Amino acid sequence: MSATKHSDLGLRIRQNMGFSIAVLLFVIVYFLYHLAHPKGFSSQVLVQNSNEVFSLAMLAMAQTVPVLLGGLDLSVGAVMTLVDCLASHLLEGTGASVGFGIIACLFAGALAGFVNGCVVVFGRIQPIIATLATGAVYMGLALFLRPIPGGKINEDINWAMTNALGDFAETVGIFDDGKAAWFQPVAGVPTALVLLIIVALVTWVPFRRSVTGRTVYAIGSAEGAAFMSGLNIAGGKLAAFTLAGLFAGIGGIFMAIQTSSGNADIPMAGAYTLSSIASVVIGGTSLLGGTGGAIGSIFGTLILKVISFNFRVFDIAPLLQPLFEGLVLLAAVSLGALSILRVKNQLELFR
Amino acid sequence: MIDMIKKFSLSRLSRDDKPIAIAATFILVILIAGTIYTLDRFGTAPLFSPTYLIQQLQIGSFLGIVAAGMMLVILISQIDLSVPWTLAAGAMTATAVGGEWALPAALVVGLLVGTVNGLGVAYLRIPSMIFTLGVNAVMRGLMVAQTGGFAPQTKATELMRYIAAERTLGIPHAIFVWLAVSILLVIMLRRTSFGRSIYAIGNKEAAAYLSGVPTKRVTIIAFILCSVLASLAGVLLAGYSTKAYQGMGDAYVLPAIAAVVIGGTNILGGRGRYLGTVVGVILIVLLNSVLSIMEMPEAGRQIIYGLVIISMLLVYGRGEKATS
Repeated sequence: MSATKHSDLGLRIRQNMGFSIAVLLFVIVYFLYHLAHPKGFSSQVLVQNSNEVFSLAMLAMAQTVPVLLGGLDLSVGAVMTLVDCLASHLLEGTGASVGFGIIACLFAGALAGFVNGCVVVFGRIQPIIATLATGAVYMGLALFLRPIPGGKINEDINWAMTNALGDFAETVGIFDDGKAAWFQPVAGVPTALVLLIIVALVTWVPFRRSVTGRTVYAIGSAEGAAFMSGLNIAGGKLAAFTLAGLFAGIGGIFMAIQTSSGNADIPMAGAYTLSSIASVVIGGTSLLGGTGGAIGSIFGTLILKVISFNFRVFDIAPLLQPLFEGLVLLAAVSLGALSILRVKNQLELFR
Repeated sequence: MIDMIKKFSLSRLSRDDKPIAIAATFILVILIAGTIYTLDRFGTAPLFSPTYLIQQLQIGSFLGIVAAGMMLVILISQIDLSVPWTLAAGAMTATAVGGEWALPAALVVGLLVGTVNGLGVAYLRIPSMIFTLGVNAVMRGLMVAQTGGFAPQTKATELMRYIAAERTLGIPHAIFVWLAVSILLVIMLRRTSFGRSIYAIGNKEAAAYLSGVPTKRVTIIAFILCSVLASLAGVLLAGYSTKAYQGMGDAYVLPAIAAVVIGGTNILGGRGRYLGTVVGVILIVLLNSVLSIMEMPEAGRQIIYGLVIISMLLVYGRGEKATS
């Protein structure tokens, strides 16, 4: 029994080689980081890291879905910025109005993604160029909402979401204000990390197991075959882009909560979009579509971010940081591509 | 009469000419709309004056040279996202080296970047989207490390000023450079086997390979040409603004892709005429300029820019449905 289970695990690791390597790399590098950090293995460092990672991790998940289709979404950074600016208007009040604001922001993100999907499906324009254009439109809307950076977020939300679970419980007033004895072991866990895990479990995991999710994978590996198998191509594409918009929107809401303001910064949106593509690839998802997943992309983000964390503790000149990030990205994709040297038949290379 | 209309109607145009005709018409629409605005507001019509148009062409020549290189790479169904920092690296190298070696040094930088891009895409078969993105980050890292993160203090040389900013017979030399690049590119694409190989690879790489096209070599050369043209644009831009600065190429990559696609080149490669790219560049430059004359805030500009790209593509850039 245990032998079959073991080989089953081995098979799964071999089938998800990119993902496995990403997880392993992250665990090693992050362990080294905590060893070198003066306050390593403490809740404080964990909270800080989680807050820095969350928005990009959401964007990486957002980018994953269109990439699985064999497309690309160049508007994820713009959607995040748009929702960030919207949230800086809507999350100012208290109680119910904040709840309504969050729902409105989620809806806005999903709507932006749905519009992308409509342009791709009904306009039949290539995703990369369609989202390049819609991204400009969303950026314009964001600038319209926030011509200059500003706005305000409910302070309780800011405090509750960007600290540890204990602070969250205290702000919300549950579990004896977070002082309950049974709660103490998890009180130091960062809220952002928990939120990330919840989002992944509630949205991505069911989506991947649904027929729509399988359709997205099928379209990515062979669109014609998916069509001939009677799958709903248009529905799958629309769902993929809408989900991408929703993820980007969650990233935008968190960014607004974290910075307590809205900022329509065009270069920043572009940089986030490009980092999301890098995260997806490092996380083991093929840019040709059909293989990979959003959980891998989260680890891709973690690796990208941990590298820059290490720059702080290992006292490397900050000016060298962009160079290292680029080299790591190139090394990661080049190592992943080395298997093609084993290919004997040249024709197998063309896809 | 009806025959005449039929003769010139859009449906008679070939698949590759239709986008060019529509984009050119749209340029006229932009100019007329802008003129109506200026006539109403100031009582003058500067948009059709040669001074204004030549000035726009001069600004467009930088984007035009970048877009020319980008088109080659898009035609083989790849993309080059390393353009921003290749452009900046070219400009920074040129101003740092100075003297008569400024231009050759910058072009060598482009050559090296293009070779790396080409090797990664052709031999390792890494998707160009991610490989050139990594190369862009490395170039940025090298430039930041070299300049210390500040704008370099070095100035553009006399020659760079001469080819970018000075004029002969009232026409800036940058336009001549763009024209020369364009003529060479058109001859290359239409009259040489290398040019035809580019279209062949873009249409079906496996078929091109089986027909004896040296696909790897053609891919590498296309990437080299793209990077060399990007660094040339960097040199010109540094000459135009008398210095190189951080992030000077950031505003060029996405407009260059947009210009190529608006000009009717298929983003999946294999189809498109060079004239279309030129028309696309002029359209984007004029659109930006007219919107700023209209004192449109940045928000409105972005929205109109995006909507124009989408609506142009809805008219002629639609793909085919997968049905088998």
